[in-house]
Amino acid sequence: MYAIHTEQLTKYYGKARGIIDLDLAVEEGEFFGFIGPNGAGKSTTIRTLLGLIGPTKGTAQVFGRDIVSEKTAILADAGYLPSEATFYGGMKVRDILKLSANLRKTDCRAESASLCDRLQLDTSRKVDELSFGNRKKVGIVCALQHMPRLLILDEPTSGLDPLMQREFFKILRERNHQGTTVFLSSHVLSEIQRNCQRAAIIRDGRLVACDSVDALAKTNARRVTVRGDFVAKERPGSGQAFDTAGLSTSGQAFDIAGLSTSGQAFDTAGLSGVRDLQISEDGVSFLYSGDINQLTARLAKCRIDDILVAEPDLEEIFLHYYADDNEGGEPR
Amino acid sequence: MTIMIHELRQGFKGLLIWTLSIGFLLVICVLMFPDMKDQMGDVSNMFASMGSFTEAFSMDRLNFGTLTGFYAVECGNILGLGGAFFAAFSASVILAKEEKEHTAEFLLTHPVSRGRVIAEKLMAVLLQILIMNLALWLMSVGSIAAIGETIPWKDINLIHLSFLILQVELACVCFGISAFLRRGGVGLGLGIAGIMYFLNIIKNISDSADFLKYVTPFGYTEGADIISNGSLDMRLIAVGMVYAVIGVVVAFVKYSRKDIK
Repeated sequence: MYAIHTEQLTKYYGKARGIIDLDLAVEEGEFFGFIGPNGAGKSTTIRTLLGLIGPTKGTAQVFGRDIVSEKTAILADAGYLPSEATFYGGMKVRDILKLSANLRKTDCRAESASLCDRLQLDTSRKVDELSFGNRKKVGIVCALQHMPRLLILDEPTSGLDPLMQREFFKILRERNHQGTTVFLSSHVLSEIQRNCQRAAIIRDGRLVACDSVDALAKTNARRVTVRGDFVAKERPGSGQAFDTAGLSTSGQAFDIAGLSTSGQAFDTAGLSGVRDLQISEDGVSFLYSGDINQLTARLAKCRIDDILVAEPDLEEIFLHYYADDNEGGEPR
Repeated sequence: MTIMIHELRQGFKGLLIWTLSIGFLLVICVLMFPDMKDQMGDVSNMFASMGSFTEAFSMDRLNFGTLTGFYAVECGNILGLGGAFFAAFSASVILAKEEKEHTAEFLLTHPVSRGRVIAEKLMAVLLQILIMNLALWLMSVGSIAAIGETIPWKDINLIHLSFLILQVELACVCFGISAFLRRGGVGLGLGIAGIMYFLNIIKNISDSADFLKYVTPFGYTEGADIISNGSLDMRLIAVGMVYAVIGVVVAFVKYSRKDIK
């Protein structure tokens, strides 16, 4: 059974786009990452799943239950940590935790005490006096203390210091091992890369990729960094130079104009799949997803000091799902 | 009951302050009566000959020299305005504050249906109104006993009952309107209460504005009518209760499917 399953889930705020035709499937027991920049629709998705807002179109189920008609049952199984946890003014932390437990009609005292201890949360303080990070901890305990089957976390680590972040993820991994499904929305990619098995990338309200984190990171794209003797234009008498200018007729120069996808100088010979081209004084760096032989053939003709071919990290891949947007015309 | 108890706890200080403030004015007013009675002749004539002003507060039909007449006008206004402001204010903010203070994300992601949230919040408001009215009634009766007057039980009870009904109606109407709000509510509540009060004054001054008694709940709290009839105008109250039911139904319908934030 899917922990979360959405079909064509769409939400418009009046005319403003929230999410469009989102098809998402999260298996029970997964540690699932949900990546996207601010305003991409991460929070909209979460708020729709939790019934805070109603979908414009499409359906979604959580543990097989419909998000509209069986909302209350879903909420009983879920723990939610909002990105900005806010509580009732004037209440003490322990009263908030008690209120949350009472609203769930469960006795969470043991688990609550253990979580507060691990997160070093002082329950006798008033919530209004707490720092952002400490308020976050209250939210974490509220989301976790009733041992939910599904944890939905919206940018959980903002405001937490690195030590607390480590402890927090340790708790999450423990819970995940016990069978809890974790749905982690974040724009901190290292967090997702370290913890999640699978991840979905959302952009402008649409799902642009959904795969295992390894597969997402292991697209055949490589980060290629070349250092060497480069000039802006073909140096007289030095046809071997790595030429960053326009398409040379000599074919000797390593021509980045041909590597880039823009302009009339696109090299149909096959060096497509070049993205994120960065030119510095002594070299170039780009993501390459084309045929590696063609690249080496080109490179062979150039004088090179150093070359580094590495797997891109998720961050770079992620950036490229967004870089597409710049070429793809208008954002929706 | 968790939400209702939570609301009562959260609203306790406010309730205490409102009750003490209104009660203080009420008691002061009653304590002034013996002095007033001594100068009854002058005062009564003076109040009875101020034209529109006299009519506006129904002082033409009440004997200011008797405790009931005095109570219906002076204390009635304090009780009417104070109670109406409190009822409208608490009903207007109780739903909207969750979104304004961003606590809706906390409350509404617990396994409690929206319907239950609305019902418990409404119950909390009504219970607060009931507690306040009980306290004010006790303070009033106590202060009348303190100045050595015999307590006109029937008149006092009817006047207090009419204001309780008025507050319930205003609260339900404001509750319905506040379901549409994301912030504010305070101004709206106080505004509605104030407008209703002035509509009643206009109704008293102008004969052609008599239809306003079907609009403003102050129409059935008119002390002069209550005392002279010895009963409440059930017809007007029935109309008011229709408004109240509409308010509550609107609140349920709107808030149940509202997009939060």
